[in-house]
Amino acid sequence: MSRFIWMRLLQAIPVLLAVITFTFFLIRFAPGGPFDQEKAVIPEVKRALEAQYHLDQPLLVQYGTYLKDLAHGDLGPSFKYPGRSVNELIASGLPATMELGLYALLIAVVLGMAAGLMAALYPNTWRDYLPMSAAMTGICMPMLLLGPLLVLVFGIWLEWVPVSGWGDVPGDKILPSLTLGSAYAAYVARLTRGGVLEVMSQDYIRTARAKGLPERVVIFKHALRGGLIPVVAYLGPAFAGLLSGSFVVETVFQIPGLGRFFVQAAFNRDYTMILGTTTFLAALIIIFNLLSDVLAAWLNPRVRGALEGKA
Amino acid sequence: MSATVEDVARYERGTSLWQDAWVRLKRNRLAVIGGITLIVIGLLCVVGPWFIHYGYEQQDLVLGPAPPSAAHWLGTDPFGRDLLVRILYGGRVSLMVGFIATAVALLIGVTWGATAGYIGGRLDAVMMRIVDILYALPFMIFVVLLTVVFGRSMVLLFLAIGAVEWLTMARIIRGQVQALRQQEFVEAAISLGLSRAAIIARHVIPNALGPLIVYTTLTIPSVMLLEAFISFLGLGVQPPASSWGSLISDGVETMEEYPWLLIFPGIVLSVTLFALNFLGDGLRDALDVRSSRD
Amino acid sequence: MLAACVWLAACSGGRDRVTEGDATGVLHFGNGTEPQGIDPHAVTGIPEWHILGTLFEGLVTLDPVTLDPVPGMADKWEVSEDGLTYRFHIREDAKWSDGRPLTAEDFHWSWWRALQPALGNEYSYMLFPLKNAEAYLTGKITDFDQVGVHVIDPHTLQVELNAPTPYFLQLMAHHSTFPVPRHVIEKFGVPTDKFTKWTRVGNFVGNGPFKLVGWKLNKFLRVERNPAYWDAAHVRLNAIVFYPTENSVTEERMFRSGQLHRTEEVPIDKIPGWRDNHPDQIRLNVYEGTYYYMINVKRPGLSDVRVRKALNMAIDRKTLTETVLKGVQVPAYAMTPPGTIGYEPPKLFDFDPEGARKLLAEAGYPDGKGMPPIELLYNTLESHRKIAVALQQMWKKNLNIDVAMVNQEWKVFLNTRQNKDFTLARQGWIGDYVDPNTFMDLWITDGGNNNTNWSNKEFDDLILRRIPAMKTRAERLAGFYKAETILMEEVPVIPIYTYVTKHLVRSSVKGMPPNLLDYYAFKDIYLEPEK
Repeated sequence: MSRFIWMRLLQAIPVLLAVITFTFFLIRFAPGGPFDQEKAVIPEVKRALEAQYHLDQPLLVQYGTYLKDLAHGDLGPSFKYPGRSVNELIASGLPATMELGLYALLIAVVLGMAAGLMAALYPNTWRDYLPMSAAMTGICMPMLLLGPLLVLVFGIWLEWVPVSGWGDVPGDKILPSLTLGSAYAAYVARLTRGGVLEVMSQDYIRTARAKGLPERVVIFKHALRGGLIPVVAYLGPAFAGLLSGSFVVETVFQIPGLGRFFVQAAFNRDYTMILGTTTFLAALIIIFNLLSDVLAAWLNPRVRGALEGKA
Repeated sequence: MSATVEDVARYERGTSLWQDAWVRLKRNRLAVIGGITLIVIGLLCVVGPWFIHYGYEQQDLVLGPAPPSAAHWLGTDPFGRDLLVRILYGGRVSLMVGFIATAVALLIGVTWGATAGYIGGRLDAVMMRIVDILYALPFMIFVVLLTVVFGRSMVLLFLAIGAVEWLTMARIIRGQVQALRQQEFVEAAISLGLSRAAIIARHVIPNALGPLIVYTTLTIPSVMLLEAFISFLGLGVQPPASSWGSLISDGVETMEEYPWLLIFPGIVLSVTLFALNFLGDGLRDALDVRSSRD
Repeated sequence: MLAACVWLAACSGGRDRVTEGDATGVLHFGNGTEPQGIDPHAVTGIPEWHILGTLFEGLVTLDPVTLDPVPGMADKWEVSEDGLTYRFHIREDAKWSDGRPLTAEDFHWSWWRALQPALGNEYSYMLFPLKNAEAYLTGKITDFDQVGVHVIDPHTLQVELNAPTPYFLQLMAHHSTFPVPRHVIEKFGVPTDKFTKWTRVGNFVGNGPFKLVGWKLNKFLRVERNPAYWDAAHVRLNAIVFYPTENSVTEERMFRSGQLHRTEEVPIDKIPGWRDNHPDQIRLNVYEGTYYYMINVKRPGLSDVRVRKALNMAIDRKTLTETVLKGVQVPAYAMTPPGTIGYEPPKLFDFDPEGARKLLAEAGYPDGKGMPPIELLYNTLESHRKIAVALQQMWKKNLNIDVAMVNQEWKVFLNTRQNKDFTLARQGWIGDYVDPNTFMDLWITDGGNNNTNWSNKEFDDLILRRIPAMKTRAERLAGFYKAETILMEEVPVIPIYTYVTKHLVRSSVKGMPPNLLDYYAFKDIYLEPEK
């Protein structure tokens, strides 16, 4: 098992390196520099600014310097905010995004699995059609529509919940989490339903029932496991999707998170910030994917046995 | 119910996978509704604007934003532009992005996956590694970067989106190709002297078509969503052109004052996505060889 | 889940932030984008300018009603006969917020730092009226002693100028001329290093009416009254909290739900609602700024002044401002906003589609036929798009010319514009000080901001030589009138409207009168709880 983990970690490094290199050279080709202003900048001043950020050096040298600093964990100074390092900016935006992602994930998994389980246990009844239709809605109605609609109905017309901010006013975390979580709740519901249905038709379920086990045990100990595996495997891509979705949700709800920072940095040509955020998020996704793969493998008794046999 | 002569005849004739699938699909009511809805919306978007006497960029500054009325069935936006026409026009753009970007993804994905799966060995390992690398980038970041770097032309938009969505296609095709490579009829074909390309074209691809069709139908909504996201963030389609995504984005800005500007484009987009998803699901169920005809 | 929502909603009953602030003397200020920083020599934006106005004070400050310079760090000053030498007397009780006395030496050192080429100070040009300042920055001289600022004694600062500059005192109220604490900056690194931690909470030292107590990126920046400030007795607010409010739609909602005392912007579509229902809370005031389109006069077709005039005359500014801009902005028929120190710009044209068509035909493009392609360049913002679309339609309708629209996002747009890679490009110019010069000296030949390729010798002569030599205001205004007439006859720029600032302000906020520069004298502001 541990060999499996190490192998994957080792494979992750060249992947990360490739991501960094690609992004580094990509943004340098973007038109528009970080120092362009409405009022024209005097050439001497522009030169001084470029020197401060090493932009006057050949591209390869800049790349080398960046990698060297990266090895020390230093993501460089932000172009937009003098005096602030990218590490700091990421650290300030991360908590909000993580919290948002966590709540959304919780909503997605809990709501999704509950709905999917119920649908699977009463297939082709209203208990199946209702949650699955809701799930379909969640998938089809994009976040950028759902979010504003929720804001309109619950925030403005009914005034039940606040419409912006994060942690400023009690209850302002509800709408964003719901918006972000609902699309993924939908997928989770479908996956759970599919997984549980497949398991329910298996022989060992019939055996368990024949042995006289109470239905509750049958469901939670065996059937649910069937639904759990595809969901856990989905967590990796779901996480990546959540991160992407956070860009839109953070913008709609004005949440000071990493997603919003990234979009702003892209518009501002804050090279180091773009690069730093991309690297950070890519690393995060790789780790999360690894965790979800490991978890899925561990949950699946056949795969686990094989892996442990190997180790 | 007794079997008729025709049934027996048909049974003995045998039906192909495609005919099977078609029958199953027709039985799936949701999928059928989805398909019909799509065709209707598609037709409306293509043909509709010819019948409406407002241009999509035609302003009426004096009228300004107005709720639905006899003159403007869906109302107008702050420039006095007719919303119905703009939605239909926007539909052309969104659907076009959806289909073209998916086609791009298809092209890249199939070529990549088929090559990797067929040639195998070292090349396969490298090509699939690259797929893994690209999977690591969250799509949004990638697309934002590409649009920021390459400006806002439509062509680049299609390419950027297509470049992001081809990955799963490649994996599917590769899997299919690998499995098929092992099969006897391929060995037979090789021994008969058929070239690799011919084998790929005539045997491999048709067999992989099933999952490909399903995935394509499910990619289109994904692509359209991505386009909507990009427009929402302020990259994407240029005015005065519109896409459903940019219409929604505009509508959000003024949703309190003029809610119809958000609701109507929203409904249209959602309905289209519903239709595509139902159709895709239906196709998947229909083409799924595992669920046999018993 | 629903129950949780309802419960939470019930819990948030009670005083909102603004009412709380009224009672405790805390102003909640919507401030636009997140500030880049608070080093006066390293920032250029309006949000930063607001914050710096609380943390620092220059030689003078401005009266918030008249915008006349009033004593700040300098309690009195003398100007020589020829207008070339100023002597500022720094007040005896001037102190930094850590208690250390502030002297003329601090100003001298601060301006030395501001002019260091290696610092990369984008506002360094504000000090260029000083003798040899520009030469020092561009490296032509290296001895700072030759620059026109000298310390006579700890409380006397002498400044020598290149030419008599009537608006010089206004520059002394701008943040780029503020003093910075040498003892703190040098503790944290080299003076020309922008990346030091001297501006962090806990390290920061300023000399203004407030001091920095808290700063969470993208959440808020908080300042509290500074007891070491020389006029602390006059300051009535206890604290000000600045909020980053990039999205004006969200900002307006925050104002409505009692979270902000003041907003930086008001979305155009919401203005009629506020004007009709709560006119006392919305403020629309003329601003020292002009919105216009630059014409690249080297592009085919546009080198002919008749074509430019035609484009100009085919715009119905009244309808544009009344419908698209909801009557908020004021149509402009010249570059300089009217009322700038009593200046009235010339009005040489009006909406005249007939006349425009005639001119176009004369130039060889009757009914728009054969007109080379024209592109409108603007940066991605809803408001700019609205105007561009309206212009496009007007030119189509009145002149039968097809105009393509190109929009780029901000950084790209700036680059494109700077490289003169456009046919027509949008620009908004806000005056740094109240004087027609700040709008006119844009258009001198090869001016750093003159991307039109337009050049006129007489105009240059007026702006660079004749007007600076004039002694009285009347003379100068007449001179600018002449220059502006030349500009509007040749039309290298198409003025669209004069800016109007739009803010929502709670009625509990007092001491914040509107003015042409949208300048805030934070030491004067106070809160009176609403009835």
